[in-house]
Amino acid sequence: MIDVQRLRRSFGPVVAVDDLVFKVQKGDVLGFLGPNGAGKSTAMKMLACFLKPDSGTATICGHDIITDPIGVRQSIGYLAENAPSYNEMTVGGFLNFVCDARMIKGQARTKALDRVVPLCSIESVYHQTIETLSKGYRRRVGLAQALIHDPQVLILDEPTDGLDPNQKYEVRKLINGMAKDKCIIVSTHILEEVEQICTRTIIIARGKILVDSTPQALIEKHKCSLDEVFRKITSTKKTA
Amino acid sequence: MNGFLSVFKRELKGYFATPVAYVFLVIFLFFAGYLPFKDGFFEIRQAELRLFFQWLPWLFIFMVPAAAMRLWAEERKNGSIELLLTLPITINQAVLGKFSAAWAFLGLALLLTFPLPATIYYLGHPDTGLIVSGYIGSFLLAGGFLSVGSFFSAVTKNQVISFILSAAACGILVSAGMPTTVNYLSTMLPANVVGLVEMMSIQSHFDSILRGVIEMKDIAYFIILIVAWIGACTVVLEERKAA
Repeated sequence: MIDVQRLRRSFGPVVAVDDLVFKVQKGDVLGFLGPNGAGKSTAMKMLACFLKPDSGTATICGHDIITDPIGVRQSIGYLAENAPSYNEMTVGGFLNFVCDARMIKGQARTKALDRVVPLCSIESVYHQTIETLSKGYRRRVGLAQALIHDPQVLILDEPTDGLDPNQKYEVRKLINGMAKDKCIIVSTHILEEVEQICTRTIIIARGKILVDSTPQALIEKHKCSLDEVFRKITSTKKTA
Repeated sequence: MNGFLSVFKRELKGYFATPVAYVFLVIFLFFAGYLPFKDGFFEIRQAELRLFFQWLPWLFIFMVPAAAMRLWAEERKNGSIELLLTLPITINQAVLGKFSAAWAFLGLALLLTFPLPATIYYLGHPDTGLIVSGYIGSFLLAGGFLSVGSFFSAVTKNQVISFILSAAACGILVSAGMPTTVNYLSTMLPANVVGLVEMMSIQSHFDSILRGVIEMKDIAYFIILIVAWIGACTVVLEERKAA
């Protein structure tokens, strides 16, 4: 469902994403790993059609990110890093705005809200303005926004960052629950999370893919924990 | 509901969700009433709104950039632009939606000056055509300044910088057509250049609409002004949205 073809993007002299190639199928949960500044967010921003790649392209659900960005945006749910939203709006007002923009009307809107609000457990803050919410709640509102149109493809940039352990558990359970009939890309720094939710993992550093494998295969191959695997791969490559 | 309408609705609500709208309206209406009275709104003993309309460009130089500065600067500063532009909304829809919402808000502010014309109608028999054309001109003027303001709001993440730059740009647009400026320029520039500067200024076009003559060239001036600055705003945003 996601087919990335030689995606490349640089900022001035810094190459953030270099010749990225991978495919993600339905039912896959792809864990996007890498040290800070590896290009994870840049790659995700390009897939969400926020940034234009310098070269290369990708298709998502048959829509090309360069020729049909609106089609791509319609078929994905995207949670940006730090879950930006409009601080002066209430949670309800904000979700209704997203419904407006996604053309979810009438009955369908009521249904979507009834589904997504309990799913992300934000009933209790529904009428609060977003600026009064804690970081965890904001992220859950961001997640609700990404799920509201029940997209086929989910792109989540650090969805559990800033959540407490219970909330992290909830979000992981949520992702596992949806995994079967969606195609999900998750970026994270938490490696235990990868073991729990991801069916596949890609490790990138300095914009290049270093490993494309499954968490289990990595652990078996290197005979150590994922933490150590990550350290081995990203640090040896740096000195090489 | 398409992208344009959803942005328009959210933006217009946004003015009233914060104190911005109320502070703006109170200050604007106070000065819109005070300035003509200071110049003898009653003492001239004429049933007309000329004094009111004449002050508007000067008032707008400060008020319109204040309404426009948040449009994109705020969005870029707190990162919500990444949310907005990953929804199925094109950048053109977003730019036009925001611009139109702010313009509608300024239109509302203008409508709320109704006590002035109401007074005039109570006291005498003013020329309705002049008043209508005055309001049309003022609305176009607000749109012109707003397009300048939304451009500068897209240029920087800092609302204060955006305000100062757009107020300065609007000030230049108005004062370039003032007689004092024109006289000064004519001492050192050839006459046709001075004429060009005067033609590019908002003042002469606004004045001619105030006189009750709605001519194609004046309307076209404002339309070109708005389209050009809005277009530039879109280009700049496309370049800088992620920076």
